This record gives sequence, C-alpha cells and structure tokens, in this order.
Amino acid sequence: MIHRLSPFLTVMLAVGYAFLYGPIASLVVYSFNASRLVTVWAGFSTHWYVELMHNEAIQQAALISLEIAVTAASGALLLGTMAGYALQRYRRFRGRALFGTLVTAPLVMPEVITGLSLLLLFVALEQAIGWPRGRGILTIAAAHITLGTAYVAVVVEARLAAFDRSLEEAALDLGARPFKVFLVITLPLIAPALAAGWLLAFTLSLDDLVIASFTSGPSSTTLPMVIFSSIRLGVSPQINALATLFLVTVAVLVTGAGRLMRARESER
Amino acid sequence: MSSPEPERPATAASYLRIEGVVKRFAPGAAAAVDGVSLDIAAGEFFALLGPSGCGKTTLLRLLAGFETPDAGRILIDRVDMAGVPPYRRPVNMMFQSYALFPHMTAAENVGFGLRQDGLPKAEIAVRVAAMLDLVKLGPLARRKPHQLSGGERQRVALARALAQEPKLVLLDEPLAALDRKLREETRFELVRIQQRVGVTFLMVTHDQEEAMSMASRIAVMSGGRIVQLGTPQQIYEEPASRFVADFIGAVNLFAGRVAGAAAGCLQVDSAEAGATLVVEHAPLPAGSEVAIAVRPEKITLAPAATAPNRLAGRVRGAAYRGEASTYEVELAGGKLLRVTLPNTGRRTEGYAAGQAVTLAFAPAAAVVLPP
Amino acid sequence: MSAALRRRAVLALPYAWLVLFFLVPFLISLKISVAESVIGIPPYSALIDTSGGSWRLDLSGESYRRLFTDDLYVVAYLNAVKFAGISTVFCLLLGYPLAYGIVRAPRRLRSLLLLLVILPFWTSFLIRVYAWIGLLKENGLINNVLLTLGLIHQPLILLNNAFAVYVGIVYSYLPFMVLPLYAQLEKLDPALLEAAADLGCRPWQAFLRVTLPLSMPGIAAGALLVFIPAVGEFVIPSLLGGPDTLMIGKVLWDEFFANHDWPMASAVAVAMLLLLLLPMGFIRRLLQGETA
Repeated sequence: MIHRLSPFLTVMLAVGYAFLYGPIASLVVYSFNASRLVTVWAGFSTHWYVELMHNEAIQQAALISLEIAVTAASGALLLGTMAGYALQRYRRFRGRALFGTLVTAPLVMPEVITGLSLLLLFVALEQAIGWPRGRGILTIAAAHITLGTAYVAVVVEARLAAFDRSLEEAALDLGARPFKVFLVITLPLIAPALAAGWLLAFTLSLDDLVIASFTSGPSSTTLPMVIFSSIRLGVSPQINALATLFLVTVAVLVTGAGRLMRARESER
Repeated sequence: MSSPEPERPATAASYLRIEGVVKRFAPGAAAAVDGVSLDIAAGEFFALLGPSGCGKTTLLRLLAGFETPDAGRILIDRVDMAGVPPYRRPVNMMFQSYALFPHMTAAENVGFGLRQDGLPKAEIAVRVAAMLDLVKLGPLARRKPHQLSGGERQRVALARALAQEPKLVLLDEPLAALDRKLREETRFELVRIQQRVGVTFLMVTHDQEEAMSMASRIAVMSGGRIVQLGTPQQIYEEPASRFVADFIGAVNLFAGRVAGAAAGCLQVDSAEAGATLVVEHAPLPAGSEVAIAVRPEKITLAPAATAPNRLAGRVRGAAYRGEASTYEVELAGGKLLRVTLPNTGRRTEGYAAGQAVTLAFAPAAAVVLPP
Repeated sequence: MSAALRRRAVLALPYAWLVLFFLVPFLISLKISVAESVIGIPPYSALIDTSGGSWRLDLSGESYRRLFTDDLYVVAYLNAVKFAGISTVFCLLLGYPLAYGIVRAPRRLRSLLLLLVILPFWTSFLIRVYAWIGLLKENGLINNVLLTLGLIHQPLILLNNAFAVYVGIVYSYLPFMVLPLYAQLEKLDPALLEAAADLGCRPWQAFLRVTLPLSMPGIAAGALLVFIPAVGEFVIPSLLGGPDTLMIGKVLWDEFFANHDWPMASAVAVAMLLLLLLPMGFIRRLLQGETA
C-alpha cells in the first residue's frame, strides 16, 4: 500500500479523531469538576464519584443490567454461532432466504420497531398461555438475545468463511466424526471470533435503552433507563463520573484483550 | 490406456480397485471424472499425472470419501466404499497444504488419528515416537506447526498420515510447496519410506518429473479420463497419443503421411521435416496420416553422412543448462526443433546461434502416433 | 447422525427462536395496528369479536386513517428521512477521509487507529449523546469558549434544534460508516493506483477515476448501515432535538408511552417498516455478496 499520508488526509484524521473524542474528553474532565454547573470549572473534586458510589438506584440498575447482559450475550453466542455456521456451511435448504433475512434484519432494524413488536408479543403470549407473567429481566434478556444473535452470526459467518476447511477434512480423514471435528478443531480455532461476538452482544445489551424500555417491567429498570430519566431531569455530573468509569473499564478490557490476541497471533 | 472390462477377477494386483467412476459437479455439466477404471496393487507407489483440471484431484477426493461418485464403485481390499464416510475408511491423506492443526504440537498432530481410534495413551506415545523417528523429526515433537519449516511440516503431515497404518495413503501434490533443492531430496525420502513401510501410496501431481522419478506406475489423465497407463519408461518412450507425448517432457512432432514400409520400418513423407522419415513400426496402410514423435535427447548433431533421417537446419537459440545444453534448430521449411545434448566434457564449445547444422535420429528413436 | 439430520439440528434452534421472537412479533404488530385503542389491559380491542354468538372479524382502519391524514405523522416521516439522509451524507464526507487515512497510515498504526474508531462505540451510546448536551447548551462548553475568545457576543442556539440532531446522528453513527469503508478500501490493489499514475493520472484524478468507483460497495454498505437505523432513531431527537425536529421514532415512543395508544404505535411501526423494506433489501444483498 502506498504508505503516504498526504497533508489533507493527516488533517482529516486529526479532525475525525478530535470529533470522536472531544465530547468524551469533556465528559471525563468535567466529572472532576467541583461545581454542579457542568460547564463552569470550579476546581478539582472527586465528590461526584463518591455520590455515585452512594447512588442506590444506579447501583441496583447496574446489577440488573449486568445480569441481563451476561445472559443475553451467552444466549446470543449460542444461537448466533449456530446461525452463522448454518448460513456459511449450508448452501441450499428450504427457507434459507427467510432464515438469512431473519438473522441479518435485526442489525439495521430501528430499535423502536423491534422493541414495540417484542412487547406486543409478550403481551399476546401472556394472554394466550399465561406466560410470561408480566415483563422483567427475562423478557429483556429474550429481546437482547434476539438482537445479539444477529451480530454474533455476522461475526461467526465471516470467521468461518476465512476458515481453512482442509483442517476439518484432515480431521475427518483421521477418523474423527463431524461433531468431534467441530469441537476439537473448528471451535478452538474460531474462539477469538466467538469471544469478540460475546463481547459485542454484551455491550449492546448493556447499552440498550429503547428495547429495554419497551420490554421491561416494574422491578427491572436497567442502567440506561435510569441514566435516560436522569438526563431528562437535567444534566447531572454523576453521569459524567459514570461515563468515565465506563470508559476506563472498556479501555482496560480492550487493551487486555488486545494483548491476549497479540500473544496468540504470534503462536500462529 | 485402460478400458473397462467386465468381471475382472480381484487379485493382489487390485488392492485398490476403481470401477467406472463418474463424478459430475452440476447436472448437465461436463464430468470431472468421466468413467475411470483402475487397479492398483498392494504396496505400489502409483501416480496420477495430468494438467490442472484433468480430474486427478477429484478422483483423489473420491477415494478419500470427501465426494461421492455419481456412478461406479471403489473397492479397497475387496470392500466396497459406497456410503462409507471419510472417518471410517482405511485411507489417510496427505494434504497439499499439509493441513496441520495449528493449535497442536507435532506429536499431538501425529497422534490425532490414534486418539480417535481410542488407543491407550502409552501405545499412542510409542507409535507417535516411532513415526516421528521414521521421518527424522524426533527432537521436534513438541513444536507447533508455526515453529517448523516447510519441509519439517511436510514430514509431520506424512507421519500423521502413516500413524494409523492405513491401507492406502493418498498424497496430494506432496512436493509442490517445497523449493527445488528440498524437492529433490524429499523425492528419495518418500520412496524410501514407502518401501520401508510397505503401504500403498497413490500420489497426484502435475509435475511429470516427480511422477516419473517416484512412481512404479503412472496413469496420465486428461479431461476426466485415463489416457495412458504404464510404467514411467513406457509412458515416456511409448506415448500412446500426441497429448501424452507432449505432456511428458519435451518432444518434437512431425506431421506426415505413410509412403511405404520396408524391413520393419515405415517411410513417412513429412513436409514439415522436408524429407521422408524412416521410423521403426509395424506396417500401416499407405496414405495414412501419422505424427512422428522424437525426444530432444534422441537427436544427434553432426551425424555420419550415411545416417538415416538426416535433416539440415540452422541454430536459432542455445540454452546452457549445466548438465546439458538445449538448442532450438530451424529446419529449411521453418519448423523449429529442440535438441538436447549432454555436456560430457567440461570445455565443449557447443553450437552458436546462426550456425548451420545437420541433425539425425535413429529409426528406433522415433514413435509413430495417431495424427 | 446423518448429514441431513445434523443440518436440521443446527438450524432448528436459531430458526425457531428468530421466527418466534422476530417474525411473529411483526405479525402481531400488524394485527394490533388494525385494532381499536381501548381502556383496559391490554389497551387494544380483540381481532375477533365473539359477542353475539358468532365470529366477526373486527378490523379498524382508524390508526392508518390518522396516519395518512394527520400532518403530524407525515411531517415526522419526512423529517426522519430528511435527517437520516442528510446525516448520512455528512457521515460519508467525514468518514471517507477518515477511512482512507487509516488505510494509508503505516501498517503498524492501522490496528490502533481502527481500534480508536471502534472504542467510542463500546462506551455507552446514551452517555455520548449526553456529552453533546453539555457541549451545545447555551452555557455549554462551545459557547463558553467562543464567548471567551470574543468570536461571538451572544451564545449561539446549538441545542434542541436541527443542528444538534445532525451532530448527534453523525457522531453516533460514524463508526458504522468508517468500518465498511475501511474494509472496502483496504481491499484496493495499490498497483491500480500506481498503474494510473504511470499512465499519467494526477493523484486527484486517480482518486476520482479509480478509487472512488471501486469503493462504491463500501459506500453503499456504510450509507445503508447509517441511514436505516437513523430513520427510526429515538434517543437523539429526544435529547438533542426540539419541537421542529420531530422524528418518527419519537412519535412512536410518545404514542406508546405518553398516549398509551398501542394500535397507533403499531401502525406507525408497520408504516416505518414498509418504508424501510427497500433499503433493507439492498443491505441484505450487499451483505450476502460479501460472504458468498
């Protein structure tokens, strides 16, 4: 590749990244602002973090969100891997076009549509068979699994497309049955993609406001929902503190994952 | 050339028997394998040779069980392989890309098949060690594929294919990924190992030098069919068609018409040669169209005045190849011939471009082929 | 287990799940969109009226009638398409140089640069939109800086208007534009540009004649990945928008949560879905082309 960055491109890169990180930087900076007025600097202070630690509502919501996110990511991983595998390996079967659409549509479907229709489903189910009884963690998780499956399927499908099938053939040739081949050869080698898919679904679930709002119940307020209502009431620096904590956690996790991947890459 | 014969008795010479196998990848499309029949003896080193697209790889995959034939049968040691999946066939394959499992060590790769067979750990360890010794990789057992060189990986792939003591080992272009020097060394190694282990080897290659130097019998394939079957010498010196003559090594081909026959030779008028050629062959009707094939090394430059098949020409180009020199000679009529002369002395001058030369070949050195 | 049975086993679970949790809900939305809004639980009328001893299909086109005649909805739809469309263009204008810059950057920096584009995506979407409130407010950071520098004498109205919505959408969806563009540009054979230069093309011409046409699939993918979800966007118009930036996503939300008019909300959803079917079909074809 012509590794020449023209001055124009360099400027654009700088502008682009400044645009992306400017708001985030402002969040972090003002999370340490002593003043309540978010945009008037009144000295360094960590008391918003302290207040955050004492905020029961946010902590409760965070726990609920985490529980849902772990469940949803795991469920999405299972379904998404199966779906991605089926789409990549099975070239022709009845209903393949419909299946492909169902798997990829959630990627682009506006969340208000997905959220509303899922709620209507839960209500109709409750009417018809008495389950689910009201909405709560279970229904939000089910909704998030549906969304996450699409993302995991795309990741898995892409990874399998680049997978060297002669490895699977060699294993078959040496006497391993197809399922064993999948467990012992395919799965270990696509594990990084699976991990990425799980993280993707986890993040989506943790971050989702719209679908959760539709499909939640009285005692299942998620973190985004709490943040949203807090924002609507006015700018609150505790949110800044929360945002900074989020950012730091994500940055640490991503750096750690990156290190892990680089160590594995050199093994290849 | 083999043609399907009805009711061939099964013998030791037909350890691997392929009967009229046909494989089509799309209905109505040309068959990738078009009615191939073959008998391969136990312990033989057999080669399937042909250009890319001739069907040899498809045939290999049919034997391994990765494809199912649309017609015909495959029998290994008298057992019909119909419906038998790859993991239950007594066949192991050495893949062109080696297909070593990147997340396992060399030893774990070699032992993989044995683990699938459910052998006790101790026995697996013994067998793996024996295999790695056979391919001279003992000290590298704990290395992972990415820590091995291309040649070392190839040996692991071979050891892995032999570990389960299969009845048949399939080799898909085993030397294609190696550089030239390594390739020549490995050729001898492979033959040595095969003879020592005594397993039937079936190799697929497009490199005729490889096939001829390693296999005891070769089947030349083209367009999904076997066009000639024989020993390397038979294939080289007695090609059955223009295609085989041209595919194996270099060859000079003259088009001509039979003018007469005398003393076990044919007289063939060839406009291309600008002369009547005398070629050893059984009589053919006068006027028949034929092609005369002469290998470059069978042509002599500066022959005796009374030598048969004397042709005059001018050297167009010379290529010094160390062990031999190849010359391009243009005959009076414009036909270009290739002549190869071994460099028997260290200071032979050779021939220069533009030089006028006379060349000749013996009647027994040429082959008569269908036009 | 035979190959065919194996296939069915792998397909069964995801297929069943997606049919139940994705397809059926839409059918239900369709059904509810032709129901009447009533007081009760659930707040819509039944499809089949069994009172009076016989079955009668009880459809109501009321919601759709309002949808097409009431200005509010038409304006909201048009706004949504307008905002999504224009934002997509801005996303392209900013995202293309960004993607191209990453491709041209030294190899060892590339993964870092890509990561930096994706990283914001992994912090909360909601919070990043919230960050813009602090920046765009009347006494927000941008106004404060401009006032302090003396560039303006009165604070600019940057929030709760169309400008804020554009900024919000472009900001949030930029990674969705950059990634497919990067993927496409990365595949570009540098030899093509060298050949163009060799044949006398100046850099700008080479870009217009070689790079741009060849990056079309990436542009199309990025545009659709931004446009389609942006049309139904709720959070951004809700937090950053104002009375004149009514978008259809917010309308749906309000119909449901504020008015408790489930049939109306469903009708809005159905209409939105029909509107988006065409671009969604494009996206599917593009995605399939990628992995075929």
